[in-house]
Amino acid sequence: MTLADAVFGLLGVVCLASAVLVVTSRNVIHAALWLVVCFGALAGCYLVLTAEFVAWVQVLIYIGAIVVLMLFGAMLTRAPTGQQQELDSRNRPIAALTGLAAGGTLCVLVVSAFRGAYVDVHHVAVGDGKVIGTAVFRYFVLPFELASVLLLAALVGAIVLSRRPTDRRDPTP
Amino acid sequence: MHLSIALAVSALLFGVGVYGLLARSNAVAVLMAVELMLNAANLDLVAFDAWWRDTMHAGQVFALFVVVVAAAEVGVGLAIVLAVFRLCETAAIDEVRALADRDPVLSSAAEAEA
Repeated sequence: MTLADAVFGLLGVVCLASAVLVVTSRNVIHAALWLVVCFGALAGCYLVLTAEFVAWVQVLIYIGAIVVLMLFGAMLTRAPTGQQQELDSRNRPIAALTGLAAGGTLCVLVVSAFRGAYVDVHHVAVGDGKVIGTAVFRYFVLPFELASVLLLAALVGAIVLSRRPTDRRDPTP
Repeated sequence: MHLSIALAVSALLFGVGVYGLLARSNAVAVLMAVELMLNAANLDLVAFDAWWRDTMHAGQVFALFVVVVAAAEVGVGLAIVLAVFRLCETAAIDEVRALADRDPVLSSAAEAEA
């Protein structure tokens, strides 16, 4: 039991607890704010695993952009207004059973498969910006370019989808 | 540190995401559950990268690609949710049943009439 074990365990507990609150909270806005806690704890987990650049990307993209987008979506669909809207569907027991079965099976399987595997965090090359940048632009240039095209396509698609129907000009006046 | 701690956290996070995906009826809450599942996969990728001591850092780079795809997915997903909201005036995906094979409410009413 090293310090890294203890820190990772605590961050994992925080992450799991806030994740449970994300999926059980009665208010969409509260769920989005618990999502911030969950992603922050995950960024700490990445730092323990020496993935420095991924941790900062997690903070910038997930907490900074995606959660804010979720909040925009929740506000624009008027979810939290007035009475507490029912957030859960009727199939909660089956969902709980499926989630427990999937999580439990995966947990038992991977933990027994990698029993005794040890990450020596003191002798791993720290994944800072220089290392990850070198890896991306030396080995993964084509996927990187594809990701930029994907983002452009998603941006154009989102703009087209969220355009109001009244914006369409009638070609035959 | 032991690899199994990271793997257990990741597997349980995935299970929580599966529960949220199936149990939520608000579309935005469903998207949040999908994000939880993607993050579970990311944690696995980073943990195996550190365990393997990969000189190419493939795990961390793939985690970055997953973040990029998640950002694209959330953007398009929220645009679809907003379009559905504008059309049906609800964000509850249980009530959007225009493409349903068999509507339980309508069919039970028809059975009651017959």
